[in-house]
Amino acid sequence: MSSSPSIAIASGKGGTGKTTVAVHLAAWLAGRGHEIQYLDCDVEEPNGHLFLKPEIKAAEPAAIPVPVVDMNRCTACGKCAAVCEFNAIAMLKKPMVFPELCHGCGACTLVCPVDAIREEPRDIGTVETGLAGPIRFAQGRLNVGEPMSPPLIRAVKIRRDPAAIALFDSPPGTSCPVIATVRAADFIVLVTEPSPFGLHDLTLAVETFRPMGLPFGVVVNRADPADERVQDFCRQQEIPVLAELPDDRRVAETYARGELLFDRLPEWRDRMAALWARIEERL
Amino acid sequence: MKVVITSSSQTLAEPIDMHFGRAKYFILADTETGHATAHDNAQNLHAAQGAGIQSAETVAKLGAEAVITGSVGPKAFRALQAAGVKIALVESACPGTEALRRFKDGELPVLDSPNSEGHWV
Amino acid sequence: MKELVVISGKGGTGKTSLTASFAALARKAVLADCDVDAADLHLILQPEVRRRESFVSGREAVIREADCAGCGRCAALCRFEAISAVARDSDGARVFRIDSAACEGCGVCTWNCPAKAIDFPERTCGEWFVSATRHGPMVHARLAPGAENSGKLVALVREQARETARQSKRDLVLVDGPPGTGCPVIAAVTNANAILVVTEPTVSGFHDLSRVLQLAAHFRIPAAVCVNKWDIHPDMADRIEDQARSAGAVPVGRVRYGPEATDAQRRKLAVVEAGNSPLADDIRVVWQNWLDSTAESGEKESR
Repeated sequence: MSSSPSIAIASGKGGTGKTTVAVHLAAWLAGRGHEIQYLDCDVEEPNGHLFLKPEIKAAEPAAIPVPVVDMNRCTACGKCAAVCEFNAIAMLKKPMVFPELCHGCGACTLVCPVDAIREEPRDIGTVETGLAGPIRFAQGRLNVGEPMSPPLIRAVKIRRDPAAIALFDSPPGTSCPVIATVRAADFIVLVTEPSPFGLHDLTLAVETFRPMGLPFGVVVNRADPADERVQDFCRQQEIPVLAELPDDRRVAETYARGELLFDRLPEWRDRMAALWARIEERL
Repeated sequence: MKVVITSSSQTLAEPIDMHFGRAKYFILADTETGHATAHDNAQNLHAAQGAGIQSAETVAKLGAEAVITGSVGPKAFRALQAAGVKIALVESACPGTEALRRFKDGELPVLDSPNSEGHWV
Repeated sequence: MKELVVISGKGGTGKTSLTASFAALARKAVLADCDVDAADLHLILQPEVRRRESFVSGREAVIREADCAGCGRCAALCRFEAISAVARDSDGARVFRIDSAACEGCGVCTWNCPAKAIDFPERTCGEWFVSATRHGPMVHARLAPGAENSGKLVALVREQARETARQSKRDLVLVDGPPGTGCPVIAAVTNANAILVVTEPTVSGFHDLSRVLQLAAHFRIPAAVCVNKWDIHPDMADRIEDQARSAGAVPVGRVRYGPEATDAQRRKLAVVEAGNSPLADDIRVVWQNWLDSTAESGEKESR
């Protein structure tokens, strides 16, 4: 393989243990001497740092390009406002830009017949990079009140170094920020739990990822021998179950404190080893 | 003077639409002659975003000097200000005719800052 | 009319389980599931759909391959990495395709294609429903897989729920909101009368709560906080309530950790419908405290 694989850790439902799986996989792989990059793409609620505790060395603003109209050149033709699909430019007496609605597509700049529009960056969040022991760490932090996360997710993902195994911690759900995260990943790990909510949201995630043609497998977290509905679903759908992580109050308590599980529950090392072996055979 | 009244129907007899940005109709009325015409705002009703801004643009294009409505979000407010359109407020969805009469009598407060957060940013 | 919204910041804290119980306790509410990306409330409330509408939002670009000359201008102009050459045709010209999931719907490729070979149809992004449940009318939705969760569908579900409340003369709308702090959450909370943040006593819960309370302050909405599974980490539960107070939010109670939540879910019941339990008692207290804390804002007309 010319470059190391990238793995997205996602989940249809929030709170199923996506970050738990991602940080433990990262820590285990790093402990085995692999070069690891942890990229937290859950930019609305980035939480991986709470467990990996990286030393942040750099914080760079992430921005999207928004138009600025040179009123001396503008002939008030109105083409920029007409072409904007996002209603970010109003044609009043002259064009008025609403940068918070702009998606940064560049349509207005291209259409302006007199080159009166240039673009300026508008910050939507921050990309922080650093080191968590041997793990190279990056995370996006969306500004509070900012609606648009995919450009920030893309800004996190361009930190990807093909020489390292990359783990993308995805936002929950199946909508556009998730797509922005899992695109171009080599494999998706879907973390779910054996409850009606967990199964329902897993079904939605499968419906989303299958047409994209990306390979994926399922991790059943808080597995309960009395409830095999997720495993049954996976069998029917021919989806590999990569790991079943047992329900254990000690896991919840350790997680609550922001600690890694390996000290208190050393068997989690073996679990991560087994999980990685199952992922690797599918790459 | 030409004013726009936001409305859920095409006639002034019906109640005002209290939301500026996603009002179904704009009724352009002449305060002197009483002549009124209805203009469809349906496209903005379905806009993914920025409905208030586009509504402001429509009001400006209609040549209105004032708009009578119930609430205006921050972006629409900025756009209406830039277009020099005054915003007069009714506190409840009264018939358009009543709103117009009260506007002519100077009974309606003129908005000097947005009074709605908008449906979403 | 009063509109109360349950959100969580971090996902999976028990927001929907609590909302289902609140629906049972409120009796005369209209319910709105605004977690359109991972809607689960219907699994408990088992709605009977009375009205079904498709949700159209924005547009998407589609290349007509027969008319495409393979010049690649679209791919060069697209800023969303949505267009790429996927093959060559029999004449050796490149064949371009647009990844629907990545298309932002900006139209740049459409307007600038020299061969005018790119269509720009409206995009169906999901469906919404008005239904009947055992606890009153419910408005809910389903976002198409991979669709843009623009907040517009959330706003639409809320608007329909308010309309349903007006028609059915109910004076409470109870909203199950989305997780996070982005666009869907903003759409779920703007102009609401009050929000309840359901959090958990974990480092993640603590971290995400601070972001979500900033959001509440930003939009000037009275916020209450409930610590779910509080006994997993009692010290953190204390810290979370302190944090809530200092951010101007009101702690309205704690719910203990227990298997009753998932058990009730498996029986398609809200916890308070599934028999007496300490967990159910906790939830009743939280609901009453939250209602009391919103009493003052109740007179303000929800927009």
